Amino acid sequence: MLALLRNQKIRGIIFQLLTVIGLVAFLWYIGANTVANIEQRGIQTGFGFLDGTAGFGIDQSPISYTEENTHGRVFIVGLLNTIIIAFVGIICATIVGLIIGILRLSSNWLIAKLAKAYIDFFRNIPLLLQILFWYNVVLRAMPNPKQSFNFFDTIFINNRGLYFPLPEYNTTFFMILASLFCALIASFALNTWANRRKIATGQDFIVFPFAIGMFILFPILAYFLGGAHLNFSFPELAGFNFKGGKTLSPEFLALTFALTIYTATFIAEAVRSGIEAVSHGQKEAAVSMGFSPYQSLKLVVLPQAIRIAIPPIINQYLNLIKNSSLATAVGYPEIVTVFAGTSLNQVGQAIEIISMTMLVYLIISLVVSALLNWFNHKMKIQER
Amino acid sequence: MAIYEKKQERKAPSSTKGVTFWIRENLFSTPLNVALTLLGVMILFWIVPPFVKWAYINANFAGTTREDCVSGGACWVFIRMKIDMFMYGFYPSELRWRVNSVYGLFFVLIAAFKYLKSPLVKIALAHVYFIVGFFLVHGGFFGMEAVPTDKWGGLMLTIMVAAVGIVAAFPIGVLLALGRASHLPIIKSISVTYIEFIRGVPLITILFMSSIILPLFFPEGMSFDKLLRALIGIAMFEAAYIAENIRGGLQSIPKGQYEAADAIGLSYWQKMFLVILPQALKVAIPNLVGVSIALFQDTTLVLIIGLFDLLAMVRLSAADSYWLGYETEGYVFVTFIFWFFCYSMSNFSQKLEKRFNTNLR
Repeated sequence: MLALLRNQKIRGIIFQLLTVIGLVAFLWYIGANTVANIEQRGIQTGFGFLDGTAGFGIDQSPISYTEENTHGRVFIVGLLNTIIIAFVGIICATIVGLIIGILRLSSNWLIAKLAKAYIDFFRNIPLLLQILFWYNVVLRAMPNPKQSFNFFDTIFINNRGLYFPLPEYNTTFFMILASLFCALIASFALNTWANRRKIATGQDFIVFPFAIGMFILFPILAYFLGGAHLNFSFPELAGFNFKGGKTLSPEFLALTFALTIYTATFIAEAVRSGIEAVSHGQKEAAVSMGFSPYQSLKLVVLPQAIRIAIPPIINQYLNLIKNSSLATAVGYPEIVTVFAGTSLNQVGQAIEIISMTMLVYLIISLVVSALLNWFNHKMKIQER
Repeated sequence: MAIYEKKQERKAPSSTKGVTFWIRENLFSTPLNVALTLLGVMILFWIVPPFVKWAYINANFAGTTREDCVSGGACWVFIRMKIDMFMYGFYPSELRWRVNSVYGLFFVLIAAFKYLKSPLVKIALAHVYFIVGFFLVHGGFFGMEAVPTDKWGGLMLTIMVAAVGIVAAFPIGVLLALGRASHLPIIKSISVTYIEFIRGVPLITILFMSSIILPLFFPEGMSFDKLLRALIGIAMFEAAYIAENIRGGLQSIPKGQYEAADAIGLSYWQKMFLVILPQALKVAIPNLVGVSIALFQDTTLVLIIGLFDLLAMVRLSAADSYWLGYETEGYVFVTFIFWFFCYSMSNFSQKLEKRFNTNLR
């Protein structure tokens, strides 16, 4: 018997068995208590509440929503708003982060130091504080609609948000949209073809000017083919507020600014460490092969730097998506604010609602991690 | 035989040294650089003078009332009048010496750590510190007046949540990291599930869970304090991140170390605690400081579930009808405090990283 206990395999099995028993007992205890508590407090269970009328309004919704809609609809509106803020945030943070990361490596002393100061300053301030600062201090200090900042009578900024013109959704508009998409696909196809030809014959083909040409020519063609009816709806002061055009609410702006500025510091650091990680020998080798600075950057430095920089950048995207939940502090109607906030207060079914909210973030995280793994696998250096 | 006289060495041409050379090389070497430098100077000119003017030259430091802020700059009187609220929340003013003595004891603890050798004694002392600290701040024992946790607030609460969060999460994180590196399939999958679940959701949802759902998990009579619930949520959250960083350390330990420990007949726990973890933690420490910085920033989230940390106290004070309109000063003040703490910690971690690097080689 004792000999059995000394056997490593058997000990492992016993230890795991004990862990499982302990875990199950704990979950059982929690489950039993929860059921008892729920019964005692008369909380409803199940997902029936999703069909119940919400009864509250949401001031920003990408899909039509009224107070008579259901909590299920609230969930979708919140989810869409989360996706919108995450998407906008990721794009802005990437652009700012790339610029700051490159400036950080600039040979210009002043600019490099300024970029470092930017990174050191903003990454050491809590994101929530930044969101509240933009919302409560900067955007609230904007003038009222009558005195709003006016840029060429097309863009207006005031304490109710940012207003800009929007094209009307007609055939011309959609044709132009489609033409841009075609140009994108055609550029990719051209690039693939050029690469193949280069590998096969060694002849260079510069894709860039053709791609630019397509991006200019296609929309122009589409404009005339689509009937040349591109109407813009301009924001105009009507009474106490603006009408027409598109409005970005102060909540949205504060959240976008804060998420962009905060996440950009981390992206900038990832870009910098990626570029610095390429060994100096590689750059020297490129120079001694007679590569131009552009060629050395494109063919030697960037392919290696990207491999190092992309995983941490994608992790920052994940953080940004999770951080967008801080919107609840300023009331931007994303999923935590409207669903885990207002709906939860009305229905009281905390377990269902918070599980659903967590599940949304979990699924997003898992999808992004899967993408990251796929990328890492694809970018792995092919070793013999 | 020709005799060569040593010639007087010439100075380097003035165009390759000195301030002007440095300026030309670093600021004005190409047209692009000139443009960038001008841009940088413009940005500095646009930010620094107005800020200094607002925060120092035109600012009001003296006085006790709103009427003392007349010069148009920052009204630091507001901060001065409210500083006790920012530091201690609603903690009774005649009992604040208890909080201060906990701060003081911290330095005693650090000093003791310098002279003590044995890690076990250090760990024991740290535990004693936390227990004494809790008794001092909470009171209610040995004839001290009790201060309920809803009176705690301000910077004191922020520091406490961060410190307790890290300290409570650390052992869980170590166990989870060991579990994830373990060969036992069930242990491994439980650890992986926990870590990936927590890392996949935002802290705010975990705080909601711990503040709303957690009371449902336990029998009726057992009620948790709001602060304790937040701490449980934060510790649960942080444990997963600590585990991931320690796992990175574990992966950097060469296989020979495991085999050597096995060869001299150490048990699993001896192997881990005497051989592997001391090395792994050393590698992981710079990253763990990074986690601590993130946690310190994340403590601000407790304001969403209704605790009054530093940021919440500032918001509350700025909403005071007498001091209305001085929000900016409040936010600048909190920004400075958070920045100071986080920046010192990140500098500290960079120093550690350098020190450990040389040790390894």
